[in-house]
Amino acid sequence: MNARFVAALFGAACFASLPALAAWEPTKPVEFVVPAGAGGASDQMARTIQGIVQKYNLMKQPFIIALKGGASGAEGLMAMKQAAGDPHKIIVAQSSLYTIPFATNLPFSWKDLTPVTLMAMDEFVLWDNAELPYRTTAEFLAAAKKVSATEPMKMGGTGSKREDHILTAFIESKAGVKFAYIPYKSGGEAATQLVGKHTDANVNNPSENIAQWRANQVRALCVFDKERLPYKAKVTETQSWADIPTCKETGLDIDYLMLRGIFIPGGGTAEQVEFYDQLMRKVAATAEWKDYMEKNALKEAPFGPAALKAFLEKDEPLHKQLMTEAKFLAAP
Amino acid sequence: MDGTAIDSLLHGFVVLLTFKNMLLMMVGIILGIFVGVLPGLGGPNGVALLLPLTFTMDPTGAIVLLSCIYWGALFGGAITSILFNIPGEAWSVATTFDGYPMAQQGRAGEALTAAFTASFFGALAAVLLITFLAPLVARFALRFGPPEFFAVYFLTFCSFVGMGKEARHKILISMLIGFLLAAVGMDTVGGSLRMTFGFSDLLRGFDFLVAVIGLFGLSEILLTMEEKLAFEGKQAKLDLKVVWRTWKSLPRYWATLIRSAIAGCWLGITPGGAIAASFMGYGLAKRFSRDPDSFGTGRIEGVLAPETAAHAAGTSALLPMLALGIPGSGTAAVLLGGLMIWGLQPGPLLFVEHADFVWGLIASMYLGNIAGLILVLATVPLFAAILRVPFPTIASSVIVLCAIGAYAVHGAVFDIWLMVLFGVVGYVFKKLNYPLAPLALALVLGDRAEDAFRQTMIASRGNLTVFWSNSLVGSITSLALLLLLWPVLSDIMKRLRKSGDGVPTGAASG
Repeated sequence: MNARFVAALFGAACFASLPALAAWEPTKPVEFVVPAGAGGASDQMARTIQGIVQKYNLMKQPFIIALKGGASGAEGLMAMKQAAGDPHKIIVAQSSLYTIPFATNLPFSWKDLTPVTLMAMDEFVLWDNAELPYRTTAEFLAAAKKVSATEPMKMGGTGSKREDHILTAFIESKAGVKFAYIPYKSGGEAATQLVGKHTDANVNNPSENIAQWRANQVRALCVFDKERLPYKAKVTETQSWADIPTCKETGLDIDYLMLRGIFIPGGGTAEQVEFYDQLMRKVAATAEWKDYMEKNALKEAPFGPAALKAFLEKDEPLHKQLMTEAKFLAAP
Repeated sequence: MDGTAIDSLLHGFVVLLTFKNMLLMMVGIILGIFVGVLPGLGGPNGVALLLPLTFTMDPTGAIVLLSCIYWGALFGGAITSILFNIPGEAWSVATTFDGYPMAQQGRAGEALTAAFTASFFGALAAVLLITFLAPLVARFALRFGPPEFFAVYFLTFCSFVGMGKEARHKILISMLIGFLLAAVGMDTVGGSLRMTFGFSDLLRGFDFLVAVIGLFGLSEILLTMEEKLAFEGKQAKLDLKVVWRTWKSLPRYWATLIRSAIAGCWLGITPGGAIAASFMGYGLAKRFSRDPDSFGTGRIEGVLAPETAAHAAGTSALLPMLALGIPGSGTAAVLLGGLMIWGLQPGPLLFVEHADFVWGLIASMYLGNIAGLILVLATVPLFAAILRVPFPTIASSVIVLCAIGAYAVHGAVFDIWLMVLFGVVGYVFKKLNYPLAPLALALVLGDRAEDAFRQTMIASRGNLTVFWSNSLVGSITSLALLLLLWPVLSDIMKRLRKSGDGVPTGAASG
């Protein structure tokens, strides 16, 4: 009985370790491409993952972070495209996967890469300067409408014909208002320009405006999602992330999310995808990652290549439609 | 207010004065000097490389280590600028203008001592500013919107056109080439790609550091090879006395030092940054000098001014990062990312919620810079001795250094070829007597100035009077125009005075 049990256990162990033996794993250091500048949200995510992998020894080979933020990240996307077949490169990408090609005719499509998994969804929030008298989305939009024709309110954001600009155009068409959109180099710049009253509002990601929000310099009007954020711990003196109403609740029926996902270059095998997918699931299971998610008010997303592909196939046409309506598409 | 600042600072010293933190400080500074000496590696890259190592450290120790790398890089950047005409850091470009001629005349020790001392003075001024005026200064920085930024860049450009010693049309041509090159890559305001012609390698645009390593460093080697195959720094005396001798002469230049420190602090807290500051510091020193034409031939003020300004700006750039969460420089941007990973949220509340951390950092600015000054001064004879090595040996190592530097900026082989190309361009420029500095300046500030101008125009709907819409932007813009038109104005004044004297003037002399 006992011997049989041991034999069964041994058999089971062999069975369990068989796929592990056959599985792919990196044989040299893995380059972690960040298609953004140093210190930005993508860089922070990559470095957090790198730190967790290092701390828990989740991978035999180290991650080396390569910042390729030229041309708003187009440099990193093209570097991944050109690395087709090289499984020792991964990228943490976001909506610029399609917004940049649509706006600039960059010869790139997400189909040039092999999707691995979503890491999180980033939210967008409508913020205004706390010293403005508009306390709700409705008040803000009513005021914006009044001046649309004469001296439109200034909406700040990151880059031109990118997520913030697209969302601004979306609000304009839904609410029938007009803004003067002012593109800045980064979300951090958009945040301080709002505090300095050089703009009236912005649609920054939570992590980009959190410092100003906590200091009561900006006001969170609504979040562009179907449901509220889940984080109930107080962030400012009076409010938590969960206290921000959805834009739909406030009468502005828009939901808009940005993916943050992991890809390897084109031609990646199922084993390679499996390896990185499992690695990222292990990263996501740590307390450090949960802490990072809450601090940046990121929304959890389903893991695995299938979920990522399904999202991309829905999100890319949506962007094409929004950008066509806003006339952001580059001339062919 | 002052009382609490001093209390907090003393508390900061207590936090800092542990054996571990002092050790981290020394390690950081030595690493930083290396990072600064290697052209292209640079502060931001150096700090970014070591960032993952700090995740397991406590935030105070981590920021002490990383910020000391930054101080070390600020000091180290001057070394290759003076010895080989290769700016180790972007903000050291202006240091080459007079530092390199000094080294060629056998005064490398003097130039290095001046550069380090000036750096220290600039940093000290900035740290004092941070210690006592942090909240006030942070509020001031918020007043900078697109028109104000453009006015500052415009001022920097104008001060260059208005006072170069080369023919004005040459300065303008050089600057316009710089603007052209700066426009390559993503257009932030338009959202499209410009002049990349389908080449992935051009997506990055022309990196300033790659360009200056070629323009200044490599072209100098080409020129020296053609002319005489020798540095003239051989007879340099190699002893520590040069430090004392140089120090004795420094009090004479107090006005230059103070002027540059003010310009540097001001540009540091507005994200104009250390690069613009170093150029403006140099420009101001030249403008106020009794003998502006001698600049560029080895004037000690030409080293003191940009170094003071760059270090003051580099240090005060940390203030907007801590207090507002906006980085004033590339390195500050990396440190900002680090802060968030350590679990600290930069922003207005950082000073309140993490006082230990903030004041520990400020205390480390004082100690780090003192330790840095001592360390680098001790190396002056060593670095000056490098110039005694025969030229062929030096030249080949400098070329290797240039190649490594160009590669290190983005880890791209293409950039090495670009650097070589810029080396040839620099050589041709020097042969034809075109100035290189305006090109470098326009390359680094060109796209920022363009963004700021176009942002302003979107907000004001094309109305140019916005540049005089408040006293801050109005005074900067007016000063810029005054500097731009100064040569013309002083010409007219001279002529008026002449005709007033009744002396018949001949044909206009241009």
